[in-house]
Amino acid sequence: MTRRDLTRKLLVAGLAVAFLAASGKSFYDHRHLREPVVLGPGVTRVTTLSEYNPTLRGTANDANIYILEGREPGGTVFVFGGTHAEEPAGRLAAWLLVEHATLERGRLIVALSANRSASTVTRPSAAYPATYTIPTAWGGQTFRMGDRFTNPLDQWPDPEVFIHYPSGQYLAYVDVRNLNRAFPGRPDGSLTERTTYAFMELIRREKADVAIDLHEAELQYPVINTIVTHQKGQELATMISMTLTDLEGFNIGTEFSPLNLHGLTHREIGDHSQAVSLLFEAPEPFLDATRGRTDAGVLLSGQDEFVVKAGKKGLLFAPIDDKGWPIALRVGRHTSSVAQTLDTWTEFNADRAVVARNIPRYAELVKHGVGHFLRDPRLAPQDRLAYE
Amino acid sequence: MITLQYVITLAYYALTAGAAALLVYNFVKARSWEREVLYLIVLVPFLLRVFHLK
Repeated sequence: MTRRDLTRKLLVAGLAVAFLAASGKSFYDHRHLREPVVLGPGVTRVTTLSEYNPTLRGTANDANIYILEGREPGGTVFVFGGTHAEEPAGRLAAWLLVEHATLERGRLIVALSANRSASTVTRPSAAYPATYTIPTAWGGQTFRMGDRFTNPLDQWPDPEVFIHYPSGQYLAYVDVRNLNRAFPGRPDGSLTERTTYAFMELIRREKADVAIDLHEAELQYPVINTIVTHQKGQELATMISMTLTDLEGFNIGTEFSPLNLHGLTHREIGDHSQAVSLLFEAPEPFLDATRGRTDAGVLLSGQDEFVVKAGKKGLLFAPIDDKGWPIALRVGRHTSSVAQTLDTWTEFNADRAVVARNIPRYAELVKHGVGHFLRDPRLAPQDRLAYE
Repeated sequence: MITLQYVITLAYYALTAGAAALLVYNFVKARSWEREVLYLIVLVPFLLRVFHLK
């Protein structure tokens, strides 16, 4: 090898190392971004999911579990966001519960990152933004944008066909990493199954009366702007839907969980525990296949001219105009739906009441924005801070 | 099933590292800069996986 060859190789290798370092740092930073959570006055204890399945200890899915307890005993409601980490309204709504809700009766248990592993990766080849920032009066808070599926770094390989446990139902191979296809899980299964098993154990051991799974959906998906309920919760969900539509200024429907569609929270939590299982869907144009630009701006504004065009051609299951579906509306739908669930549950079950205060409602979020309700972690004492 | 999955994952990482080593070998042996750039571009995703970054 001549001196000239060596110089050229060193130059080319140097460029490759620079490229590797830049891309590697970007992926590392995304996977390890620490998101501060200021524990609101209602939070009495923070534990982790491995308390309910020790095999999760040390894994990406040993998520924080926030427990808010009232002075008076009552029932228990479990709320979880981040089942699909590419649906930020669910995570943010749960965030606001932890930072603001106070309990007078009963308990509220909250998970912000149900599939934490999925929040450390974005959809391959989809050009998703790695993060998004919610503007606040104190500067802004940055969150991880995630994917629908568990990070392949944490669970791999995928099978040819995913055979759901315990039903034996055949599902798409990639759904082996989909938290909302892997319920009720098993203690010694894949990471995703061990995570869902831990949630089932939490629901059973903590005697949760209601479990609420917060989601968003593309407008081309028929299950949208709705509450999907297990048959045990039909009366409850219908009353919540009617009350929200009447009082809160937004329409939300009710759908019943299909009996033979397995793996989803609204089916399996109801079938395998004492809890009534509900799943809330809000609209997220960012997820629509017809969207144009795929960046954090579209994620938060919910505005996309191509999705609007699809709506004009009658291809959507939810309305959309040039105003889009801003994140504040989507988060507000969820927080108001959770608050109304507590009210309606308490109305129906006085002996298992769950009474909460200070949950930001839809109208407040539309008026002030999500950032108005995010607390500044720099002002919080260290013992009132947690990290996602 | 989980044990088998673990074994396959280990084998996959070993294969990835092996492929990365071959690409480095080809890079060293290459005579033209076009070939060298090609081998290194192909090498990057292999290294990202071996280093557990992506």
